Amino acid sequence: MELSGAEIVVQCLKDEGVEYIFGYPGGAVLHIYDALFKQDDVKHILVRHEQGATHAADGYARSTGKPGVVLVTSGPGATNAVTGIATAYMDSIPLVVITGQVPLPVIGSDAFQEADIVGITRPCVKHNFLVKDIHKLAETFKKAFYIATTGRPGPVVIDIPKDVTDPNVKIPYEYPRSVSLRSYNPSVKGHPIQIKKAVELMLSARRPMIYSGGGVILGNAADELTTLTRLLDFPITNTLMGLGGYPATDRQFVGMLGMHGTYEANMAMHDCDVLLAVGARFDDRVTGKIAEFCPGAKIIHIDVDPASISKTVKVDIPIVGDVAPVLADMIELIKTSGRTPDAEALKAWWARIGQWRSLDCLRYDRSSDRIKPQFVIEQLWELTRGDAFVASDVGQHQMWAAQYYKFDKPRRWVNSGGLGTMGFGLPAAIGIKLAHPQEEVICITGEASIQMCIQELATALQYRTPVKIVNLNNGYMGMVRQWQEFIYESRYSHSYLETLPDFVKLAEAYGHVGMRIDRPADVRPALEEALKLKDRTVFMDFLTDPTENVYPMVESGKAHHEMRLAPGTAVDRELA
Amino acid sequence: MRHIISVLLENESGALSRVAGLFSARGYNIESLTVAPTQDPTLSRMTIVTSGSDEIIEQITKQLNKLIDVVKLVDLSESAHIERELMMVKVRATNGGREEVKRLADIFRGNIIDVTPTSYVIEVTGEKSKLDAFLQALRDEDLIEVVRSGTTGILRGERGLHV
Repeated sequence: MELSGAEIVVQCLKDEGVEYIFGYPGGAVLHIYDALFKQDDVKHILVRHEQGATHAADGYARSTGKPGVVLVTSGPGATNAVTGIATAYMDSIPLVVITGQVPLPVIGSDAFQEADIVGITRPCVKHNFLVKDIHKLAETFKKAFYIATTGRPGPVVIDIPKDVTDPNVKIPYEYPRSVSLRSYNPSVKGHPIQIKKAVELMLSARRPMIYSGGGVILGNAADELTTLTRLLDFPITNTLMGLGGYPATDRQFVGMLGMHGTYEANMAMHDCDVLLAVGARFDDRVTGKIAEFCPGAKIIHIDVDPASISKTVKVDIPIVGDVAPVLADMIELIKTSGRTPDAEALKAWWARIGQWRSLDCLRYDRSSDRIKPQFVIEQLWELTRGDAFVASDVGQHQMWAAQYYKFDKPRRWVNSGGLGTMGFGLPAAIGIKLAHPQEEVICITGEASIQMCIQELATALQYRTPVKIVNLNNGYMGMVRQWQEFIYESRYSHSYLETLPDFVKLAEAYGHVGMRIDRPADVRPALEEALKLKDRTVFMDFLTDPTENVYPMVESGKAHHEMRLAPGTAVDRELA
Repeated sequence: MRHIISVLLENESGALSRVAGLFSARGYNIESLTVAPTQDPTLSRMTIVTSGSDEIIEQITKQLNKLIDVVKLVDLSESAHIERELMMVKVRATNGGREEVKRLADIFRGNIIDVTPTSYVIEVTGEKSKLDAFLQALRDEDLIEVVRSGTTGILRGERGLHV
């Protein structure tokens, strides 16, 4: 089969089984767009801004586990994609991003729409390639998909100069069946001696704690994690990225931990004697003050990336490997040993956790005549039976979604945890809806975040991706306002959005349904009505209490037990 | 503590900037960095001299290993090794000073590799400390130009860094 470079690009995507490609055309990729036009296997989703393309591909990837694919042109097309690439990199999401480049002879001459995108993206990709030779195209695609999806996943950029895709130059095409790289061999199985040591330590624990992160979602290890946790009867907390890795409605789940974690999760972290960290990276939003992180605990850490181990917190038993097989090995070892942890000690530990839980740290004012954002999320959770795919933007609404929407399954919670990219939610929701057309897909956002990629409302109409947008509109960049209240004596410097658009009219202008809800009594009926409109994108503009804050809060530089709780929460001294 | 890390990496365009970028992005020190192709033209060998606590050095080696272009590396400072740096020094050498400079070069086993009526270029090889000592032995006002290659190194004995 003789193909041009452009046809090879498309054929490689077909051979990788790519279903959707998210992109925006431009000069340097027109040959590729022409090749896309002549086929139907790979469906192209035209976004309205390249950032949206990367986030949509990212949402697709997070919700399916398959790599997301992006196609953008050179120069501004590629630089617009950088935020999305960095977002995926921080959360280890597999993306393959194809960027057009100016023709080889003019590279380096400051040509029209030229940008050194390999250089620009180098610090925020797992790897990147500049393909200078058409004969290297197929091999590069094979490598790119392999690198993006194996080990600790991540985005890979393939930069292709326009002349490499010249329709008049054809070469024989064959997609490589396998790939091996001498410099890249991610380890899968954990070291048996390390695993044995870890199991010994877990079985000897008196105040154990399991802390699991995004690695459990990425590594498809939710089943193994659940089995192990139940087998041992240990309490478990999830990071923001790890939500859904263990059923949130289960008794053993103590909530999210960290900056906006629950009282019981953070207190249990502070007091535990053995900590099992699974696919989590001890991020600063999780650990708080490093010097006082789990001060009395021996720490076991399972991670596929050796560089994540002992990066910020020194661990006692490191285990490098894919989380699912390592957890399976642990389960096997525990079962064959016939041993169980000290039941008396565990009972006392659960009693203590029960005391912390009784504080009910996520309580909020239910009698207010203003809409409480927490209430909206709770109602949404009830009405969707906790089973929706939820994409969120970044800020207070993200934290409330994480706290009040209890995810029982992995890959249903999609948010930008690492980079914290405002504008992520809507395009991500579109990507999710394409992958799961029969499922309910919700975008939980705020009036500030949604405006950062609002143009994708047009994409949602064009491809009939009826997502439900829950806009928690408090008229502020809420998280910024909260920090300014707590840390800057309520000097609300530029965090108030004075000229908000009429979101109802805006949604209607884009061809969608718009709703404004400003009374608590209307919250549930509005959600019900929106959810009934199966084939429409609905923008629900909830006017919420502008003074509401996210609690609990561990401020930067504080330790887990130094939480700021909602006003009126009485902490018994005995308890703390 | 000072560490010398030897790295075999794919001899591809951009590989050097991946390493250099890693050091700047993560705030690691680079005292010197040298790179050249090896016998195997598909591989380059890089020697990085860096410093930091044990935790930082552990992170540096892990992060380097994580780069797709890095094939293998060894921290030479963990084993018996030899390190060398090449330095060329241009010095003012006139009248009576010419003999003095030549004697000094001999003491440091340096070679004079360029001569004019008013200057020498002296080539000296050795560990960093030896080169520093040679520079100190010369009079500042005689120094015209100094160029150093940065340190390279190799393990002692039969053991080596191969693919």
